[in-house]
Amino acid sequence: MKATRRGFLTAAGAAAAAQDHVHAQGHDHDHQAVPSDLTLRVKSLESLLVEKGLVDRAALDALVDRYEHAVGPRNGARVVARAWVDAGYKKRLLASAAAAMEELGFASQTGENLVAIENGPKVHNLVVCTLCSCYPWAVLGLPPVWYKSAPYRSRAVIDPRGVLREFGLELPEDAEVRVWDSTAELRYLVLPERPPGAEKLSEEALAALVTRDAMIGVAKVTLPQAGGRP
Amino acid sequence: MNSVHDMGGMHGMGPIKYEKNEPVFHARWEGRVLALTSAMGPWRLPGSSRFEQEQIPAAEYLRMSYYERWFTVLVERMVKGGLVTRQEIKSGKRAGGSPKAVPRLTAAQVRATPASAGRTDRPVVTPLFRVGQAVRARNMHPPGHTRLPRYTRGRLGTIDRDHGVSRPPDTSAQGLGAKPQHIYSVRFAARELWGEQAAPRDAVYVDLWDDYLEPA
Amino acid sequence: MNGVHDMGGMHGMGAIHYEKNEPVFHARWESRVFALFRLTRAWNKWNVDVSRRQIESIPAAQYLRMSYYERWFTALGELLVASGLITRAELVKGKRARGSPKATPPITAAQVASMPSAAALARREAPVAPRFQAGQQVRARNLHPVDHTRLPRYARGKLGAIHRDHGVWAFPDAIAHFLSDKPQHVYSVRFAARELWGETASPRDAVYLDLWDDYLEPA
Repeated sequence: MKATRRGFLTAAGAAAAAQDHVHAQGHDHDHQAVPSDLTLRVKSLESLLVEKGLVDRAALDALVDRYEHAVGPRNGARVVARAWVDAGYKKRLLASAAAAMEELGFASQTGENLVAIENGPKVHNLVVCTLCSCYPWAVLGLPPVWYKSAPYRSRAVIDPRGVLREFGLELPEDAEVRVWDSTAELRYLVLPERPPGAEKLSEEALAALVTRDAMIGVAKVTLPQAGGRP
Repeated sequence: MNSVHDMGGMHGMGPIKYEKNEPVFHARWEGRVLALTSAMGPWRLPGSSRFEQEQIPAAEYLRMSYYERWFTVLVERMVKGGLVTRQEIKSGKRAGGSPKAVPRLTAAQVRATPASAGRTDRPVVTPLFRVGQAVRARNMHPPGHTRLPRYTRGRLGTIDRDHGVSRPPDTSAQGLGAKPQHIYSVRFAARELWGEQAAPRDAVYVDLWDDYLEPA
Repeated sequence: MNGVHDMGGMHGMGAIHYEKNEPVFHARWESRVFALFRLTRAWNKWNVDVSRRQIESIPAAQYLRMSYYERWFTALGELLVASGLITRAELVKGKRARGSPKATPPITAAQVASMPSAAALARREAPVAPRFQAGQQVRARNLHPVDHTRLPRYARGKLGAIHRDHGVWAFPDAIAHFLSDKPQHVYSVRFAARELWGETASPRDAVYLDLWDDYLEPA
C-alpha cells in the first residue's frame, strides 16, 4: 500500500479496532483504486472544455500551481505565530479573522469567512466537515485525504477523544473538547497553544513549528527538542 | 452500531425494483449459501451473523447482493470459529492432515424440523413499562450490535403491546450473555419521527426491549 | 437529504489513514479535476450548493467507493450537461459538436488569484433580523428534506444554545434548486456531546454546528 501509516493504526483504541472488519483493509484507500479509464476521461473533458472555449488552459495550470505551491499551511502558521507574540493581534484575530489576515498582508477578502478558535489548557478545538470536506483553504490550502474521508467525517463528532488518541493526543478528563462541524460557509482555524519552552523563539521560528494538523486540531504544537513530531 | 445497514429514513437509495414472479433463488449458488448457513448452524459459529454483516465495510455492504453478504459472513464466522482456514477457503480443499468431522445436520432433521426457532425458555421478569405508557427511545449509540434503529433514538412513543420476555442481542452478539427482559411494540407517530411534513395520522411500530427505553 | 454523505456519528467507516507528507494531489488527473471544477463555476450556471447536491446524488454504494476527486469529476460532468454548457454526446466523445460556438473563457491565468471564494458568493447584505440571540436555547428542527440541506441528521431534534451570530447568508436548501436566496441569519450553535450521543459521551464536550434560522426553533 502506498500510504504510510503512523503507529496509531496498530495502537488504535479497542473501539476503533472493533469496527474494522478483517477484510476492511484497503477498502478505505480513497486514492488507490482508480478506474483505469479515469485519467483518460479527465483528459478528454479538459480538452473538450478548452476546445469549446469554456476554460483557459493557462488558467487551469495557474490554479493547480497556486494550490500546489502558493496557498498552504504556511499561511496559517504565520497567523498563529503572530497571535502568539502579539496579544493585541490575537484579540483582533479572535474578533475578526478577515481584518487580521489583511493586517498580515493577505489580499483583502482572504479571511472573509474565517473564524479563529483558541485552544487553551482546558479547551481543545477540533474541526471537521461531516457532510463533505469544507476546510479553511485560505490558511491551510487543500485538505488531506484523511480529513475528507468517511472514517474521520463519521467519527470526529461522536468520538473526538478516540480520534485524538489515535493521533497521539491524550487530553485530561477535565478538559473540554469542542468539535466544529463546518456545515455553513464559515471556515475554522484552530489557534493552538504555544508550546512551553518556546519563549525565546522569533516569530519566524515559531511559525516553522506550527503544523497543519495542529491548526485542524488533531495535534498540539511541540518543540523538536522535546521529542514532539514535526 | 451506526453503520449503513441501519437505513431507516435514508434517501437516495434508488427506486424499489419490483420483479414479477421472482424466483426464490436467482442463481444456484444463492440456494447453496442459504443451505450451507443453516447446515453450519448446529456448529454454533462465533459471533452473530447480523453483527458480522453490519461490520462489512459500508461500500461493500451496499454493493453486495443479499446472499453475497450471507456468504461473506458465513466464511468469516467459520474462519473465526476455527472450522476452516482462509487458505482452505481459497483453495477449496481440505488442508492435509486436518481432521474430518461428522456433519451435525442431517437431511432427515431438515425435513422434520420447522424453520429455525429461537430459545424457548421464558424466564419470569417484571416489565418496566405498561401498555399505554409514554416512553422515549434512549439516545444511545452503541458501537456494537443493537436493534434500536437510529431514526427512533430520542423519540417519543407509546407502549402498544407487551410481547413478553426475550433477550436483546446487544450483548449476546459479542458472546457476553444476554439479559432476559420484556420486549414491546412501541408506536411512534410519523410526525414525531419525520417532522411536520409527515402524515398526521400515520405511525411506525418498532419492537424494542426494556433496555432501549426510558419513561417519557 | 438523508444520504450516506451525512455521516456524522456513523460507525464502521474504518480506520483513519494518515499519510505523512501527503502531496496536494495524488495524480495529475486530480489536479485537473480540481481546476476544471473551480473554473467552470465562473460561468455562473450553478452555485456551491447545486454542486454539493449533485455530489450527494451519486448512488450510495458508488459515493462510498469513489475517491474524493472521482466524486467531483462525476458531479462535474453532470453539472456541465445539465447547465447546457456541453451536451451529453460531447461529454462522452470528448469532442466539440460540429457547429457549436466557441466561447471565451471568463477567467484567465492572471485572474486566478483574485477569484471569489464560495463563501464570498454566499454572503448576503439583506437587512434581515435575527430570530435568535447569543446564549438563547434553541432546538434543531426535526426536518427530513429529501433534497439538499446542511442540517445533519445527528443534530435534528436536539437542544442547543446560540454561541454566535454569523450574519446573513443565502439559504442552501433553496439555492440548491436555483430558487430565491431566502437570506437569513446563520448561527454557531453549541450542542452538548451528551445531548447528541447519550450518557456514554463525555460530560464536558460539545459539538458546534453552523445553522440557518430555518433549521431552528425556540426551545
